[in-house]
Amino acid sequence: MQAIVTKDLTKRYGKITAVDRLNLSIGQGELFALLGVNGAGKTTTIKMLSCLTRPTDGDGYLMGKSIVSEPSAVKRHIGISPQETAVAPNLTVLENLELMCGVQGFSKIKTAEKTSALIEDFGLGIIRRQKAGKLSGGWQRRLSIAMALIGEPEILFLDEPTLGLDVIARSELWDTIRSLKGKVTTVLTTHYLEEAEALCDRIGIMKNGKLVALGSARTLKADTGAETFEDAFIKIVKEAGE
Amino acid sequence: MRVLTFSRRTGKEILRDPLSVIFGLGFPIVLIILLSAIQANVPVSIFEINALAPGMTVFGLSFISLFSAALIAKDRESALLQRLYATPMTARDFILGYSLPLLPIAVFQSLICFITGLLFGLKLKATVFYALLFGLPASLFFIALGLLFGSVLNQKQVGGICGALLTNLTAWLSGIWFDLDLVGGPFKTIADLLPFSHAVRLQQSVFAGEFSGIFPDLLWVAAYAAAALLFAVILFLKQMRQ
Repeated sequence: MQAIVTKDLTKRYGKITAVDRLNLSIGQGELFALLGVNGAGKTTTIKMLSCLTRPTDGDGYLMGKSIVSEPSAVKRHIGISPQETAVAPNLTVLENLELMCGVQGFSKIKTAEKTSALIEDFGLGIIRRQKAGKLSGGWQRRLSIAMALIGEPEILFLDEPTLGLDVIARSELWDTIRSLKGKVTTVLTTHYLEEAEALCDRIGIMKNGKLVALGSARTLKADTGAETFEDAFIKIVKEAGE
Repeated sequence: MRVLTFSRRTGKEILRDPLSVIFGLGFPIVLIILLSAIQANVPVSIFEINALAPGMTVFGLSFISLFSAALIAKDRESALLQRLYATPMTARDFILGYSLPLLPIAVFQSLICFITGLLFGLKLKATVFYALLFGLPASLFFIALGLLFGSVLNQKQVGGICGALLTNLTAWLSGIWFDLDLVGGPFKTIADLLPFSHAVRLQQSVFAGEFSGIFPDLLWVAAYAAAALLFAVILFLKQMRQ
């Protein structure tokens, strides 16, 4: 079974079509990037797939469950790390993780186990008692992803996970994301082309709500005859507009 | 379980914010001290403590709306709510989680006003407990206003509407500082139509042990609380769907 399948997934806001008949299939454990210039429809796609906004037409199936007719079932399979850091600023790192365990309905024992494991995996030990609002951008992003993984999701959505981070923080976060490969199906949106190229198995490029290219970075470079992935991306986006 | 977890988080976020504590608890106390000092130096009875302290409990509640609305607006803007909407939490969990922890805070705030009043000659009576009990409809009204404004306004707007407008409306149209009959005219008519003066009269009557005439004021405040709660739930659900 594919982790994500979309069938003519469409979102319109009035006369504007944000996502236009998107057909996509993402395998389990795959690390998939959605690229595109601003307004391409990446974030709207993620919002529909994570049941935050309802499609106007079409449907999406996550682990076989429909985002239109079974959103509650879909929510049991997903975790989301939004574009903003989305942490509770006056709670400590540990309390933020415990909050997410609580909303998932975990027992005290499971909460203790889960928070300990994530603190270990994400190297959050030294800041576990610090308030989340006082952390640097890099630490907040790392906490944000850890919070998204609390519910043991089979599918993880990362919306611009490294936005605004310095080189070191970004590199560390890349390692974290890489470590999820094969274990969790991950869909990430990003403006950083090198990030998609370095991390992802496959890349989908969107423009004006449509998927205009799909494949590995190597395939996309070969198809366009470009030497670098950036050149390939520019060529794909420009040609799609012609 | 989810309501309890989210309620704990709401309480911690508010109580760990120094501004909340300073304004919510400190400001009414300072006003009681200040006005009682003025009363001690004037020959006529203007700020009689047995009327001032119960009245100040209502003024203090207006800050509850500010805390609540500011927290919800911040959660919306930081995308924490977006993250939580993608979990199994329901609308009921959110509404109760944002509202319930504010009730004990409101009761504690009122208690602090009465305790401060003791320092300035307020007579300790069993009716204090009735006043805390009959203050619940007004507490619910202000909590609902917080939910309502937090659902539709951003943080900056919350500061203006709840931090400035609502607190001033509560202060001037409640009859805490002066007899509304002395002003009369449209001012008195508007004040009578709004719930603030009724909430103050209810508190003063209950504290004085004069229960026979409380029902018009009690019903007025309860009706406003019910209406505010209804609108708050509708608007919260609307922003949740968006």
